[in-house]
Amino acid sequence: MTDRILLAHGSGGRLAHRLVDELVLDKLRNPILDRLDDAAILDLEGRVAFTTDSYVVSPIVFPGGDIGRLAVCGTVNDLSTAGARPGYLSLSLIIEEGLPRDELERVVSSIRATAQEAGVAIVTGDTKVVERGSVDRLYINTAGVGEIPEGVDVSGRNARPGDAVLLSGPIGDHGIAVVSVREGLAFGTTLVSDCAPLSGLVADLLAASPKIHCLRDPTRGGLATTLNELAAQSKVRIVIEEEKIPVRDEVAAACEMLGFDPLHVANEGKLVAIVDPEDAQRVLAAMRAHPYGKDAAIIGRVEAGPAGRVSMETRLGATRLVDMLIGDLLPRIC
Amino acid sequence: MCLAVPARVKTIEGTTAQVEIGGVTRPVSLRLTPHAKVGDYVIVHTGFAINVLDEAEGAETLRLFDEIARVAEEEEKGEEA
Amino acid sequence: MRFLTEFRRSDLAAPLIARIAARSRTAVNFMEFCGGHTVTIFRYGIRQVVPETLTMRSGPGCPVCVTANEDLDRAIALAHVPGVILATFGDMLKVPGSRSSLQAAKAEGADVRVVYSTLDALDIARKHPDRPVVFLGIGFETTAPTVAASILEAQETGVSNYSVLSLHKLSPPAIRALLDAGETAIDGIIAPGHVSTITGSRAWDFVARDDGIPCVVTGFEPLDVLQAIDRLVAMVEAGEARVEIAYRRAVQPEGNPVALRMMDEVFEPAPAAWRGMGMIPGSGLRLREAFGEFDARTRFPVDPGPTVEPEGCLCGDVLRAVKTPHDCPLFATACTPETPVGPCMVSAEGSCSTYYAYARDHDR
Repeated sequence: MTDRILLAHGSGGRLAHRLVDELVLDKLRNPILDRLDDAAILDLEGRVAFTTDSYVVSPIVFPGGDIGRLAVCGTVNDLSTAGARPGYLSLSLIIEEGLPRDELERVVSSIRATAQEAGVAIVTGDTKVVERGSVDRLYINTAGVGEIPEGVDVSGRNARPGDAVLLSGPIGDHGIAVVSVREGLAFGTTLVSDCAPLSGLVADLLAASPKIHCLRDPTRGGLATTLNELAAQSKVRIVIEEEKIPVRDEVAAACEMLGFDPLHVANEGKLVAIVDPEDAQRVLAAMRAHPYGKDAAIIGRVEAGPAGRVSMETRLGATRLVDMLIGDLLPRIC
Repeated sequence: MCLAVPARVKTIEGTTAQVEIGGVTRPVSLRLTPHAKVGDYVIVHTGFAINVLDEAEGAETLRLFDEIARVAEEEEKGEEA
Repeated sequence: MRFLTEFRRSDLAAPLIARIAARSRTAVNFMEFCGGHTVTIFRYGIRQVVPETLTMRSGPGCPVCVTANEDLDRAIALAHVPGVILATFGDMLKVPGSRSSLQAAKAEGADVRVVYSTLDALDIARKHPDRPVVFLGIGFETTAPTVAASILEAQETGVSNYSVLSLHKLSPPAIRALLDAGETAIDGIIAPGHVSTITGSRAWDFVARDDGIPCVVTGFEPLDVLQAIDRLVAMVEAGEARVEIAYRRAVQPEGNPVALRMMDEVFEPAPAAWRGMGMIPGSGLRLREAFGEFDARTRFPVDPGPTVEPEGCLCGDVLRAVKTPHDCPLFATACTPETPVGPCMVSAEGSCSTYYAYARDHDR
């Protein structure tokens, strides 16, 4: 009989403590967490970035990762792209009654490994178990804080006409990897999610140049959505070149089959950097020197206007609009 | 109304084929193209092969484009001369 | 990706574009029937690179867009029948009917499932033998044979809880009706590539023969569409009208006989209501009597409710190429992909959604 998580495990009583102790605390040990106070006491200086995200991906395990890795990377990357050094995370688990224990163990192991890689500590958290059907297996929320070093000013509002737009690698890997195991769409591929903590890459980039204006990771909604957000925030126009955007063959093929545009497919380990043109090559070199940026490319430029617009120069030399993703990507016949 | 992609037949079992495009493989029904063979390229629409691709014609069309490009290049050179 | 990537080469596109520009003298209107071609044209900006002599118009070849409200209302009503699992292609999920949509029905508790293939719907039927599974059959001749195949398989393997609501339509009668209406001058037609893999290019002979309009069947890559335009220009300038195949790798004059036979075995032509074009005789497909047990229309008679057309919606005019999305006062204001008034803004290859996604900031 499979060992499963029961409602009693979430009730706060002895069983719950055992669960949390064995499955969570034991794995994520660190001095702050081990205090077991209701709140973590942190010693922070200067400007602090603070972010939160909830993760509801289905399936919870996919090629190249799982919801645990995703939960750490997502928050670490949001902090990094704000220019912060990710420091501390909270971890909240909402577990569906009946979830096999070994699945939970796997996810928590993943969280530990990813936190280690990213150089962050999980310092506080919560565990709830809810009735079957209330959530889809497991939902996770992480919040995170990180200090922003003196002099670092990275913001979606900082893009300026003339800036270069850099992309750290091929787009669409995560979204397609996840969709590849969805019922009815299953297809064979060696493609894995690109889910990765980018704190190291960001540190390298900020060390390479003080003229990085914007950093963002194009997650849900894809590159197109992120560029639209940046163009709107900075009140500029962004122009990208179709033939410069890296896309793996398998992602392109899967998108062809399903009717997706790779520009709208989620990524979980990629960066967009908008950089002063003087330092574009230097930042590009720093990206390419890092394992998570080896296929980086300059994909476009920033222009004065119309504000908020994102355009693409097509391979035929024409220009077309690049819109953000509206709604969901659904498999189509048309 | 036309989302269909060319894919290569890798294996066939009964009326189902595993086809491959750009490194992605998928099962596809051959009920509409029972004469498709391993190694053929088929057009895939909603999980069915709807036709077998004529590779010779595909190559011929590309050759035509190459020809148009070549002629255009020569005309350009001719103008420059 | 073989047979795909080569037909996107920009180095081969440039000379083709130059040739079109060099040869085109006469001001003409070319219509692409298929929404898929509309998407290619806008995604790559083909209208911008062809000479000013050519005006491109988009036709009614979007099976989602031409689905009449009453039919969609019927599908939604079916979804609400207790116990029914309604399986549908993703395209139809957000299309607004008279009062609701399949997506809204789903949120209200109807069991609506998006599938990639009719075979997935059959699988669902096998997994839930105690529940009726209704597949919403939309699409032209490209898709109808796959649905026919699913019905035959259901019959062969005794999947008696599977049925289809057929809203399938045939393309040639629509072009015939459009030409008969004579609302727009059409000097050349880009015919649908994948429909033609099934029907054969012969299905379009009547366009050249009876109406003297040149017609080129082509595929969906930029080089394919440019080649079609190049051939149409050549024929127009020479005063010739023929049906040519530019998509020779996938289309033959006789089409796919196996698919045609299967379609004919399961379906028969019937009158069908087309949004914007009214009732067109012989333009729809209904299940033959022999397959009555798989016909959701008769198996689950439902009341679709009163049909309400969206006020101010110009989808009908857009579909007949009498208006462009820019002519519609609701375009990009009241009618957007998030708040669609009509299906043309929701369908992935509807004219309005294509204009919105790729070109709402300019005209061409």
